[in-house]
Amino acid sequence: MNKIKEFVDRFGLPRIIIVAFLLLLCVAAIMLEIPITDLISDALVRTGMNGILVLSMVPGILAGIGLNFGIPIGIVCGLLGGLLAIQFNLTGFTAFFTAVAISIPLALVAGYFYGLLLNRVKGSEMTIATYVGFSIVSLMSIGWLVLPFTSEDMRWPIGTGLRTTITLQGRYERLLNDWGSFNIMNVTVPTGLLLFMLFFCFLVWAYLRTRTGVAMIAAGDNPKFATASGINVNRMRVTGTMLSTALSAVGIVVYSQSFGFIQLYQAPMFMSFAAVAAVLIGGASIKKANITNVIIGTLLFQSLLVVSLPVANKILADVSSLAEIARIVISNGIILYALTQIGGGE
Amino acid sequence: MDANIRVTPPELSLVQKIKKSLVHNMVTVFFIILCVIGFYYSGLTFGFLINSIISRLVRNSFLVLALLLPVMAGMGLNFAIVLGAMCAQAAIIFVTHWGVVGMPGIGLTVILTTPLAMGLGYLTGKLFNKTKGQEMIGGLILGFFSNGIYQLIFLILIGSVIPFNNETLVLSSGVGLRTTIDLAGGMRYAIDDVWKLPFTMAGMAFGVATILHAVYRYIKGIPTLAQKPRQKKYLLSGATGVAFIAWLLYIRSGSSYINMITVPMLTVILIALMCIFTTYFARTKLGQDFRTVGQDRHIAGVSGIHSDNTRLTAMILSTVFASWGHLIFLQNLGTFSTYGSHEQIGFYSVAALLIGGASVTNAKISHALLGTFLFHTLFIVSPLAGRNLFGDAQLGEYFRVFVAYGVIGVSLVMHAWRKQIEGRRRLSQQ
Repeated sequence: MNKIKEFVDRFGLPRIIIVAFLLLLCVAAIMLEIPITDLISDALVRTGMNGILVLSMVPGILAGIGLNFGIPIGIVCGLLGGLLAIQFNLTGFTAFFTAVAISIPLALVAGYFYGLLLNRVKGSEMTIATYVGFSIVSLMSIGWLVLPFTSEDMRWPIGTGLRTTITLQGRYERLLNDWGSFNIMNVTVPTGLLLFMLFFCFLVWAYLRTRTGVAMIAAGDNPKFATASGINVNRMRVTGTMLSTALSAVGIVVYSQSFGFIQLYQAPMFMSFAAVAAVLIGGASIKKANITNVIIGTLLFQSLLVVSLPVANKILADVSSLAEIARIVISNGIILYALTQIGGGE
Repeated sequence: MDANIRVTPPELSLVQKIKKSLVHNMVTVFFIILCVIGFYYSGLTFGFLINSIISRLVRNSFLVLALLLPVMAGMGLNFAIVLGAMCAQAAIIFVTHWGVVGMPGIGLTVILTTPLAMGLGYLTGKLFNKTKGQEMIGGLILGFFSNGIYQLIFLILIGSVIPFNNETLVLSSGVGLRTTIDLAGGMRYAIDDVWKLPFTMAGMAFGVATILHAVYRYIKGIPTLAQKPRQKKYLLSGATGVAFIAWLLYIRSGSSYINMITVPMLTVILIALMCIFTTYFARTKLGQDFRTVGQDRHIAGVSGIHSDNTRLTAMILSTVFASWGHLIFLQNLGTFSTYGSHEQIGFYSVAALLIGGASVTNAKISHALLGTFLFHTLFIVSPLAGRNLFGDAQLGEYFRVFVAYGVIGVSLVMHAWRKQIEGRRRLSQQ
C-alpha cells in the first residue's frame, strides 16, 4: 500500500489519470473497430511534428525561467523564415533548410533580448512570458498585413497582406515525413521526421553535458549556489532562453512542413500551451525536465488527441467537439497541477 | 551615505510636478493621446462617440470594479473573474429556459448565480493559496480550464445527461446549446430600462454630486484616514463639476445629438453602490486585513491575521461581484455567444484597469472607471481610424488587440522590475 502511495506521489495523480484515460480510449477504439494502425501512424506523425516545439521547453525549464510560455517569439521567427523561403521561390530541401537557417539566427537575437527582459522580472516570468507571447503574435498580425512580401503564392489575390493559411504544396510539404518512410504492418513510419526530431533531441542532450550546459542546469537549479561557484546566473538564463526560442523556431518550421500549411495571424497564440502541457505530461515539473520527458510527453499527449477524436465521434455521432474539450481540460489541468506543485512560494 | 542624515526633498516647482505626474501616469497619458488621435482620424461625431462610450461604460464598469479587491489583498490581477462570468451565464441560460423574464428573471438569476459564484470563488481561492506568487498565470490557466468544463456541460451534457427540452436554445440534434442565445423578450435591458434619464439631466445630477462631495471633503477631510481638510484636489474636482454642468447647460440650449442620449440610471446606481462599497470596505477591519495581507503575508500572520482565509474571502467576493457584473453586461448586450462571451472578460477587464493607471499592487476606483472609459474609446475608434489611415479596418483591430495585450505585458514587466530593484536595494541596505 505504501509503495502504491509512493508511486502515486512520485508520478502525480493527474498523470496517472491521463495515462489511464489514454488506455481506456485505446480499448474503446479497438472495440469500436477503428483501424488502430491508422491511429498509430497519425500518432507517430504528430509526435514528430510537435516534438521540437515541446523540446524547446527543456532549456527554459533547466535555465530557471520556468515554463516558457513565450515561445510564440520563436514561432514568429520560424514563420518568417518559412515565408522568406517561399519569397525566394525555393523548393524541396533547399527551401526547408533555408527556412531553418534563416529562422535560427533571427530567433537567437529575439531570444537574447527576451532573455534580458526575463532577467529583470525574476519570479513572474511565466505570467509575463504569456503576455509577451500574446503581444508578439498580435504585433506580427499587423506585420503579416504590412510586410513587403511579393510572392503571389502568399498574398491575398485582392486586398492587402498575406493569407491566413499558406499552402506548402510543391514547396516543402511533408518533405521530412516522406523521406525514407516505410510501412510495417500497415503502420506508416515517418522516418525523416522522427530522425530529425531525435537528432535535435540528441543535440540538446549533448549540449546539456557540455561545460556550459552543466553550468546552465546549476544556475537554474540553485541560483545562489551557482553564483557562489562562479557561474554568471543571468548569462546562463539568457543562454537558456535563446536556446529555447531557437528550438521553437525550428519546431514551427518542422510543424508547418508536416502540416502542409503555414498558419499566420492568431494561429500561434496558443501553441505554447500545448507544448507546455506535453512536457508536463511527460513527467517534467517547473524546475526539472529532460529529453525522456519530452519524447514520452509528446507521444502521450498527441496519441491522446489522435485517439480521442474518432472515439468521440463514434460514441456521440453529432458531437465532434468532445475531443477538443478533452484537449482543453487535459492540457490546462496538467499545467494547473504543475503550478500547485511549486509549493506556495513561501 | 550616513543613514542618520535625513534629506528633505526640495520643493518641486510646478513644471517639475507636472513632469513627475506625467512620468508616473505614463500609460494613461499615452492612452489619452492615442484616443484623441484615434478619434480625430475615425471621423466620428462627438455625440455618437459619447453615446457609444456611455453604453459601454455602463456595460463594463462593474466587471472592472470586481478586480479591485484581489489587488488589495495582494493577489494581483484576478484573471479568474472568468469563472464568475461563467456562473452568471449558466444561471442566465437556465432562467431563460424557464421563461422567467424581466426583473423577476434578473432576481432569480442573482439568487442562482451568487451561491454558485461563492463556491467557485472558494475553490479558486484554495487553488491560489497553493500557487502563491503565481496567482496571475494560475488564474489565466484556470480560466481556460474551466472553459473546458463549461463547454463539456453546455455542449455535451445538456440534452444527453441533463434533461433540457427547449427548441430555441438547444441545437437541432437535441444535444448541446446553440452558439448564440438571444435575450430579446427575456432579460434584455431588464435593469437598464427601469429608469432612464437624458444624458444632460444625468450628467448634471452627477455634476451636482461631484460638487457636493468636493465641498464636504474640503471642509471635513477624511477623518478615518487622518486626511486633513482644505485639500486642494477637492477644489479642482469641484471646479470640474461646475465646468461640466456649464457645458451641459450649453448643450441643452442647442439642438445637439447629445440631447438625445439617455442613461440607464439603475445600472449607474448599481455601479455607484459598488464604488461606495469598495471605498468603505477598505476602511473596515476586514479591509485593513486585506491590505495587511497584501503588503506582507508574514507580518500579517504575526499580527494574528489568518492570511489564507483573508485571501479566500477576497476571491469569493471578487467572483461574486464578477458574476453580477457579467449579468449587467449581458442584459445590456441582449444577445451573447454561449461559448465565447465569458472568455475575453478577464483579459479585457484587466487591460482596462491597467490602462487607467493601476498596477499589480495598487488599483483604485478612479483607475477602473478612467481605464474602462479609455479602453472602450479605443475600441470604438480604432477600427475606423485604421481604415481611414491605412485603408484597412483589420489593421486597426489588430492594433487594438496588440495594445491591450501589450499594456498588460508592459505593466507586469514594470511592476516585476520595480520589485526586483527594490529588493536589491533592501538587500544592500541590510
